[in-house]
Amino acid sequence: METKPDYLVKAGKRLDGRKLDEVRKMKIETGVIAEADGSAMVEVGKTRVIAAVYGPRELHPKHLTLPDRARLRVKYDMFSFSVEDRKRPGPGRREIEISKVMTEAFNSVVITERFPRAAIDVFVQIIQADASTRIAGLNAASIALADAGIPMKGMVTGVTFGKLYDAKGKSYMAVDVYKPEDQWGQADIAYAKCMSNDETVLLQMDGNVTKAELLEGKAMADKCMVEVYEEQVAALKAKYER
Amino acid sequence: MMNKILENTIKENLKEGKRLDGRGLDDFRPVKVETGVIAKAEGSALVTLGNAKVMAGIKVNVGTPFPDTPDKGVLMTGAEFTAMSHEEYEPGPPGPAAIEVARVTDRTIREGEIIDVSNLVIEAGEKVWMVFADIYSINADGNMFDSSALAVMAALNTAKMPEYKDGQVIRENLKKNLPVDGMAVSVTFCKIGDAIIVDPTMQEEKLLEARLTVGIKDGNIVALQKGGDGGFTDAELGDILDRAMVHSKKLLKVLK
Repeated sequence: METKPDYLVKAGKRLDGRKLDEVRKMKIETGVIAEADGSAMVEVGKTRVIAAVYGPRELHPKHLTLPDRARLRVKYDMFSFSVEDRKRPGPGRREIEISKVMTEAFNSVVITERFPRAAIDVFVQIIQADASTRIAGLNAASIALADAGIPMKGMVTGVTFGKLYDAKGKSYMAVDVYKPEDQWGQADIAYAKCMSNDETVLLQMDGNVTKAELLEGKAMADKCMVEVYEEQVAALKAKYER
Repeated sequence: MMNKILENTIKENLKEGKRLDGRGLDDFRPVKVETGVIAKAEGSALVTLGNAKVMAGIKVNVGTPFPDTPDKGVLMTGAEFTAMSHEEYEPGPPGPAAIEVARVTDRTIREGEIIDVSNLVIEAGEKVWMVFADIYSINADGNMFDSSALAVMAALNTAKMPEYKDGQVIRENLKKNLPVDGMAVSVTFCKIGDAIIVDPTMQEEKLLEARLTVGIKDGNIVALQKGGDGGFTDAELGDILDRAMVHSKKLLKVLK
């Protein structure tokens, strides 16, 4: 969308017809990459990502070895043609930052102590981007890690939320922002929890919200997380029940 | 690496609400902001946060706008953890930690709408002003996030605009200020055991389980960044947001 729309919310509905607390249609498939130890594809609306896990395996370069646990490395990147204006191939500053926070999110749940000196590599590739890509990537990576049999304290599940406006300028919090909302909305928040202990493991925001708005959006996202989590578990089970 | 004795001492003290430098859990280190420290820069600031020293400088150049924002100037923030500032830092391009500091600082300034980039256009689609805010650690002792935000904010506040005449950038005897509107700061907390401390030192950062930086402007939240290999409970998040608001007001006073 080239110019700022007059509203992102009208009569309680968003531009794509969703309700404020409605996530886009999701499709999850486990085991999409035969070569990998674990993998998953997540589609959320037009956002499509694949996560592949390799490991535990030997760690290179050797000097990165941790004597008491495995080194978990999450690498997030986008295909050059996944966005409107071609993205320069290879990780830039944005991708390096996202990889860092995603690695930290999974470090809080993966029981790395079980594999001293090893590497667990998670590759998150954005195939097509329509906002909320890091959270889609996180949701996919969570399934891929489970598919690879990596022990975890719990699944990581994320939902984004944002702040939208109507024609009169009134603000609304909404979950799972897509591109026009990411681009024109007043805030964009990536948020993920470990579902077994209810702790926040990823939280990033840019925009402008009051504390009350933040907590309102967070509560909406918390509800949706349960749905997303159930879809993750169902997709994981589906592979082994085939 | 930190020795076990020191680690245990820090953790045991935190249980009693004490920190090694004598601070309580919710005490910020003394903050000092000096501006105009680099004559060659359009704006500059040196921030002292206890032992930590961080410098930010602003350079303003003429460049071509990004294709998707032809009618807007450019703000770019970079950060480098210099090898001179700590024994554990090595020379070379910024690593993930420095990139994170730069990007989170950038978000606080950008989302706080501190600089009106639409005011930085010379010729739409052709020539715009590009504002470069570069951050360097001088003496590293933790909390690069908040010291960087303070340094960039102070440097922008005092920065002067160059002039553009007949294809030349003039940087002498500048009077016009950079178009700066309001002030934003960030406040960073770390969780170590059950303690949530503000403004961590380098020693404390090494032990952190989880970290949260809150960017604030006019009492609103403009940026959030969670870091660290652990999580926060909902109660902890609420506590942090409340405490961040109180600290942000004190930091704004230092900037004024």
